[in-house]
Amino acid sequence: MHEASLAGGVLQLVDDCAQREGFARVLELRLEVGQLAGVDVAALRFALDCIAPGTRLEGARIELVETPGQAWCLGCSTRVPIAQRGDPCPACSSYLLEPTGGMELRVLDLQVSDD
Amino acid sequence: MCVVCGCSQTQRNRVPAPAHPSRPQGQASPERLLAQAATAASDDAAAPETGPRIDPLSGDLDYGAGAARVSVPGLSQVRAIKLEHDILGANDRIAAQNRAHFAAHGVLALNLVSSPGSGKTTLLCATIEALRRRHPALPVAVIEGDQQTAFDAERIRATGAPAIQINTGKGCHLDAPMVAAAFAQLHKHSHEQGHAHVHEHGHDHGHQHEHGVKHSHAHAHGHEHTAPSLLFIENVGNLVCPALWDLGERAKVAILSVTEGEDKPLKYPDMFAAARLMILNKIDLLPHVQFDVARCIELARRVNPGIEVLQVSASTGAGLDDWLHWLEHELGHDHGHSHDHGAGHAHASEQALRVRVAQLEAELAQLRQTAAAPG
Repeated sequence: MHEASLAGGVLQLVDDCAQREGFARVLELRLEVGQLAGVDVAALRFALDCIAPGTRLEGARIELVETPGQAWCLGCSTRVPIAQRGDPCPACSSYLLEPTGGMELRVLDLQVSDD
Repeated sequence: MCVVCGCSQTQRNRVPAPAHPSRPQGQASPERLLAQAATAASDDAAAPETGPRIDPLSGDLDYGAGAARVSVPGLSQVRAIKLEHDILGANDRIAAQNRAHFAAHGVLALNLVSSPGSGKTTLLCATIEALRRRHPALPVAVIEGDQQTAFDAERIRATGAPAIQINTGKGCHLDAPMVAAAFAQLHKHSHEQGHAHVHEHGHDHGHQHEHGVKHSHAHAHGHEHTAPSLLFIENVGNLVCPALWDLGERAKVAILSVTEGEDKPLKYPDMFAAARLMILNKIDLLPHVQFDVARCIELARRVNPGIEVLQVSASTGAGLDDWLHWLEHELGHDHGHSHDHGAGHAHASEQALRVRVAQLEAELAQLRQTAAAPG
C-alpha cells in the first residue's frame, strides 16, 4: 500500500525536475528498485499508472529496473546474492548476512518532451 | 519485461535504451529503430513475469517473485535527463532535520511499530507510569499515529503525559513531515501549559531548509535545553509500510504479541530488519497460546542478526524492568553502540558486534572494488 506514497514521491521528483529543466511531459521514466527495498514492483507500477493521468507522467513509458539483492556473509567473508531478507547464504547456509546491495529506490533518468 | 514483444532489457543499462524491435503503432524514428535493433540483440528472453509466482505444490501466490516489467510504447522525440534521486529523498531530508532537532533538544525518539492489536498503547501507558515512579523528572511525550480517532492519544493523556494524535486518513504510515509537525505541536502545547523551558529559540522551527544545505542544527541552537527526555512515536498499526519511512528516530522498536504467531518476523522481514529491538508482548498469555518463543527469536535473527529481544507483559508488568533498563541505557548514551545490560542480552550484544564487523567488512570490500575499478 505504501507504493501509492512512493508513486507520489516519484511524481514530486518529476515535477521538481520539470521546474528546473522546463519540460512539458515525460516520455520515458526509468526507476531503480532494489530486490531488498521492501517494494512490490507490480504494486508500484499500478500506483504509477493510477496517478499518471493529468500529470506530466501521462502516457509515459515506465521502466522498473530491479537490482539484485546482495549481502556480506560473515560465514564466508564474501559477498553473496540473496533474493530476500531472511534467506540463508547460498554457499554456507549461514543467516549472519548483512545486506549490501538491492536496497535502491531511485529515479534513474527520464526522457522528456517540451511540447 | 515487455508485453508487446516479450523482450527484457538488461538490468544495469545506464543509458536509456528503447526495447521494442517491433513497434505496433509505427511511432519510432529511424534513429530509434536502429538503436532498437542494436539493443534487441542484448535483450535476454525471460519467462513471463508479470503475475505472481505460483507454487506448483500448494498453489500459493508469491507477488514478490516477478519482475513485472511492463513496457508501454513511447514516442520518438527524446531529451534525456539523468536524475538519480532517491524516491524517499524528500522524506529522508526532513527525517535528518528531525534527528538533528531531537539531538539538539536532548530527545530520545523511538519509533514503535507493530501490527494492530499488539498492545503498543497499553505498553506505552504502563511504561509511562513505571518511568514516572523511577524518574519523576524525566519528561515523556507521545506522538500517536492512527488512521482515525484520537482514542490512543486520549489514553496516553489520561496518564498525564502530553500526546499529539496524528490521523493519517487513508495513509498507512507516518512520515517525517508529520512527525516534525506533531513535535512542533507538542512543543507549543507544553509551552502554553506553562512548562518553564529556559531556552531561547533563535532558530527556525519551520523546517523550510532546501536540499543541498548542510544542516548544522545542533550548533545553531543556542539554548540550554539538553536535559534528556523521551519521545515515543507510535506508528500506524501495520507491519509493512512504516518500515520504509525514516522519521528521524534513534531506533525502531518492533512489538510483537504472542497471540500473533511466531513466524511474523519472516513473513514481514523488512520491518524486523529495520528494527533494533523486538519486544515480545503479552507473555502472560504464553500458557494459553501456541507460540514458540525460541523459534520466534531465531526467525527474527534470520532477517536481522543483530536484533535485540525483550519479553514483556504490559498488563502484568512482567519483564517491564528489562524494557525500562533498555530505555535508561539509551537515555544515558547519546551515541549508538551495542548494548550489554543484564543477563540474557549477551547473545544479542555479540550478534550486534558481529554484524557491525560484517558491515565494516562489506564497506571495505565495496571501497576496494571502487578503488580497483578502471577509470
